[in-house]
Amino acid sequence: MKLKVNGKTRTFSGSPFKRLIEALREDFGLTGTKEGCGEGECGACTVLVDGEAVNSCLIPICQVEGRSIQTVESLGEPGKLSALQEAFMARGGAQCGICTPGMLMTAYAWIKGGGSSDRAAIRECLAGNLCRCTGYQHIVDSVAQAMKGSKKEKRK
Amino acid sequence: MRGAPETMTVLRPKSAKEAVSLYAQDTGAMPLAGGTDFMVLWNIGLFNNRKILDLSGVRDWRKISATRTSVVIGALATHAEIRRHPLILKEFPLLAEACATIGAAQIQNRGTLGGNIANASPAGDTFPPLLVYEAVVHLVSARGKRELPISEVFAGVKRTTLLKGELIESVELPSLGKRPTRQIFRKVGMRLAQAISKTAAAGLLTLGKGGVVEDFRFSFGSIAQTAVRLTEAESLVVGKKLAPSVIDEACRLMERNVSPIDDIRSTREYRLEVSRNILRRFLEGNRT
Ligand SMILES: Cc1cc2nc3c(=O)[nH]c(=O)nc-3n(C[C@H](O)[C@H](O)[C@H](O)COP(=O)(O)OP(=O)(O)OC[C@H]3O[C@@H](n4cnc5c(N)ncnc54)[C@H](O)[C@@H]3O)c2cc1C
Ligand code: FES
Ligand code: FES
Repeated sequence: MKLKVNGKTRTFSGSPFKRLIEALREDFGLTGTKEGCGEGECGACTVLVDGEAVNSCLIPICQVEGRSIQTVESLGEPGKLSALQEAFMARGGAQCGICTPGMLMTAYAWIKGGGSSDRAAIRECLAGNLCRCTGYQHIVDSVAQAMKGSKKEKRK
Repeated sequence: MRGAPETMTVLRPKSAKEAVSLYAQDTGAMPLAGGTDFMVLWNIGLFNNRKILDLSGVRDWRKISATRTSVVIGALATHAEIRRHPLILKEFPLLAEACATIGAAQIQNRGTLGGNIANASPAGDTFPPLLVYEAVVHLVSARGKRELPISEVFAGVKRTTLLKGELIESVELPSLGKRPTRQIFRKVGMRLAQAISKTAAAGLLTLGKGGVVEDFRFSFGSIAQTAVRLTEAESLVVGKKLAPSVIDEACRLMERNVSPIDDIRSTREYRLEVSRNILRRFLEGNRT
């Protein structure tokens, strides 16, 4: 079966019930996506399917045949980070880093979907992503800063 | 134990017809919609060596559409799709509100209305609104179609009255004749988002001339084996004015329909008290 991963068409020939998170990590070598709980609670495994944030630990790969997957690797790379990643660095949005790929992808989907930059709204958007290090404040600050930045860019 | 993909067989119908006929040949297969209930259990190894009927390719079951007298929600419509759909927001806002409280964005983007119903958890958050809207569940099997009022779908904790080989095709919400005077959806959980309900309530009230109650429907989830309508309190209130004595009596009658339990999330007494307060404030006309 074929699917798009980070813009490239890829072929998968393993078991159709392999979970998306495992296919990404093992078959496509994309280890940015982390598994925390495997129960849909923590959001560490969040990726985008056709632009929507989903838990890749709860999806058998057969259900994303022909769809477009985006993982944290698509956001940027060292030296060429996205505004959102820069903001996480600047505002202390990441400590141990386990939750970070999921936080970034959930926030990214929110921003692209035209979500509000209101702090309460950002908190609600991140409700499915748990972090045991930061206490969330710095993460909300990071997302808010990235959103402020992108508004400024648009105005220019 | 863990889920072992190589032990699984997957059937992938592309149409409703194909889904029904595959399921008829193999009634032991397990339907799979968004997977937000099923995959949690599969991941810990509870369903290895099973055959899966993956419904995600049945596009017709995703649609939300209007008929002259109702709105029909396909079983595969997700909570995210329902909570932002203009028809639902306009006519059935309590369902939109309920879907907006289910898990968080990731769960709402995958979890479906059909899956929520078929899973039949006592804490299913769409059930109180579906009960007050008197939803009709459309079922389909190789033997034909069948309609079931939502109040007859739940048989107990995680049990439904669906027959072998039956799938949920859609859920129909009959239009309300008159816009309710008051309506409410309230979910009480441990925290704001992604929490299992301790109690969840949905209610509608329509007042007529002189403040006489024309229509009153109230339903609770999470405080009985299945979500329930407060049939006794409802029939007491309809046709009367909302005098304090009527409200007191309605709150007392509530206990005839519910039977909360003690569990790790709260005690029976706490659940009763919180639920009673929601009902009382609604009848008194105070926004909670
Ligand atoms: C972290 C987390 C938080 C959650 N929070 C909530 C919450 O707040 N409130 C709440 O109510 N639920 C919650 N849930 C439960 C779940 O998300 C919902 O019940 C969801 O609607 C299930 O839909 P699904 O499509 O994912 O079902 P699936 O997991 O695909 O299926 C569930 C069951 O229904 C059957 N089934 C599915 N579709 C059909 C059909 N069309 N016909 C017949 N049988 C069918 C399947 O065989 C399976 O037994 C949560 C789950 C998680 C993991
Ligand atoms: S690993 Fe998927 S939600 Fe926790
Ligand atoms: S930074 Fe450690 S879990 Fe969030």
